[in-house]
Amino acid sequence: MNNALALDKNIAITPASERELKNRVSVWTAIQNTFTFAHRTLLKSIRNPESFMDVTIMPIMFTLVFTFLFGGSVSGSIANYLPIIIPGILIQTLMTSCGAVGVQMREDMDKSITNRFKSMPIARVAPLAGALLADILRFIVAGIVIFTMGAVMGYKPEAGILAVVASILFMTLIAWGLSWMFTFTALSVRSSTAASTTGMLIMFPLCFMSNAFVPSDALPSALRFFAEHINPVSKAVAAVRQILSDGTVGTDFWMAIVSVIVLLIIFVPLTLKVYTKKG
Amino acid sequence: MTNLAIQANGLVKTFGNNRAVDGVDLKIPTGSICGVLGPNGAGKTTTINMLATLSKPDAGSAKIFGYDVMKETQKVRQLIGLTGQFASIDETLTAMENLMIFGRLHGYSRKDAKRKANELLEEFALTEAANKALSQFSGGMRRRLDLAASLLSNPPLIFLDEPTTGLDPRTRTQMWSTIRNLVKNGSTVMLTTQYLDEADQLADSIVVIDKGRVVANDTPDGLKKSVGETSLQITVKSADSVLDAAQIIERILKTKVQISESSELTAPMNNTNKLTDILTALKEVGITLTNVNLRQPTLDEVFFALTGNTEVKEEN
Repeated sequence: MNNALALDKNIAITPASERELKNRVSVWTAIQNTFTFAHRTLLKSIRNPESFMDVTIMPIMFTLVFTFLFGGSVSGSIANYLPIIIPGILIQTLMTSCGAVGVQMREDMDKSITNRFKSMPIARVAPLAGALLADILRFIVAGIVIFTMGAVMGYKPEAGILAVVASILFMTLIAWGLSWMFTFTALSVRSSTAASTTGMLIMFPLCFMSNAFVPSDALPSALRFFAEHINPVSKAVAAVRQILSDGTVGTDFWMAIVSVIVLLIIFVPLTLKVYTKKG
Repeated sequence: MTNLAIQANGLVKTFGNNRAVDGVDLKIPTGSICGVLGPNGAGKTTTINMLATLSKPDAGSAKIFGYDVMKETQKVRQLIGLTGQFASIDETLTAMENLMIFGRLHGYSRKDAKRKANELLEEFALTEAANKALSQFSGGMRRRLDLAASLLSNPPLIFLDEPTTGLDPRTRTQMWSTIRNLVKNGSTVMLTTQYLDEADQLADSIVVIDKGRVVANDTPDGLKKSVGETSLQITVKSADSVLDAAQIIERILKTKVQISESSELTAPMNNTNKLTDILTALKEVGITLTNVNLRQPTLDEVFFALTGNTEVKEEN
């Protein structure tokens, strides 16, 4: 090993007293740190292509299964069901993906690499913010996969391709807001297995007690009230359907945006608190 | 004041009812190697974690180069490098990617991070493995990469938590020479170890920790002297008379005798002349010896004399 570990080149270490030190992390540094962590998350997902399965193969499978299973009974035909199911699959996929980020964060926190990050002069929130930033890319991938699948099955949104782009961006924003809620619960529980279960527990009622897969007037009255008036997922799905059919935004769009802002106001501080405390 | 790299006063950390660290005081001068020695669970890692700003002490205070670990946390973080007990690098990324990410986080530009990473990979003989995934790395290579990652910012203080645990003897010797070179370049090193010879070989000062408390703080030679100039080793012929022999030696030397599994008795000795008394006393009661040996005490024996427990021996 030719004297490999001898550190032959003598790098003189600047003594502590001669260094210029700051006790605060600047906003600019925090942003740079966040992008570095987002880059790290993406590099890791590229090395591990299975991590993209939940935004590629899963939605393809769900679109096929739901369309052929319920298409006839809910809407009379497959062609009539696609405009209902595609936005539903989109939100369900994004929410499943949100859950995965929470689990990933939880796993990272249990690893010793977190100790190195914690001993470095970086913004405390950067690992979390970076992972959530990288997530946006996953959401967009999911959106493209789902609309491509829809097109293959014969779905042509009336409002055209720009409406599709707008829908993907809108859903990405909604999902990003929801992902803080998932991350908070994942960080609050004891293990990553528990994090994965609680993720499902949030995703299922929000997705299925909504208008995402069936028209909400088919639901029993109590569920129907929740689906129509409380569940932000219903608002988001209704907004996307409107964008795709008429190319316009209405009350549902703004209601969904407001719900997300409310969720962010609640869950961003909570998430940061539990993250800095545990991490 | 400022020539102390580490100054800790009464550090305490409790987990539930367990006082993992129970009033640790430390004074470590700049430019030295301090070895923190103790068995598993003695509080070594917990102490390092508090000094490296990973966890907050429940009581007491600590300063790194005069900066308070609790109030000037970010300043302290700019001055330290930490290599934990378990490799703290990304398994799924390559060596180069790992170093680039840590370099960027230390504020280097992409170009500088790359240059610095290349320098370190060369110094640690990892250039050929730069673009290999870590899953193909040997234990020694991981440790080297881990240490390299801690040196990216040229920190004046480096914490090494059990840097050679699990390494083969050759890699361990290489790690030792790396650590010596770090100090030659002006860094201060604090390392924890369970290996007494490692502390003996490397450290300028040794802090012995047991059950969360500092039980000794001295130079390696000073420690050995404090528990006796020489060490007496006696092997008795019949295993039945081991306890009797131990009692006699304890009476004459007025110190504890360590009995190994192979019925070998070891005791520190300040006065070599007492050997005659011991041999005479043993002969009087008819205990036959197969071996008598006088030598410099090992840190193992020092540890036993200081803490009165044989945990270290039993674990090994």
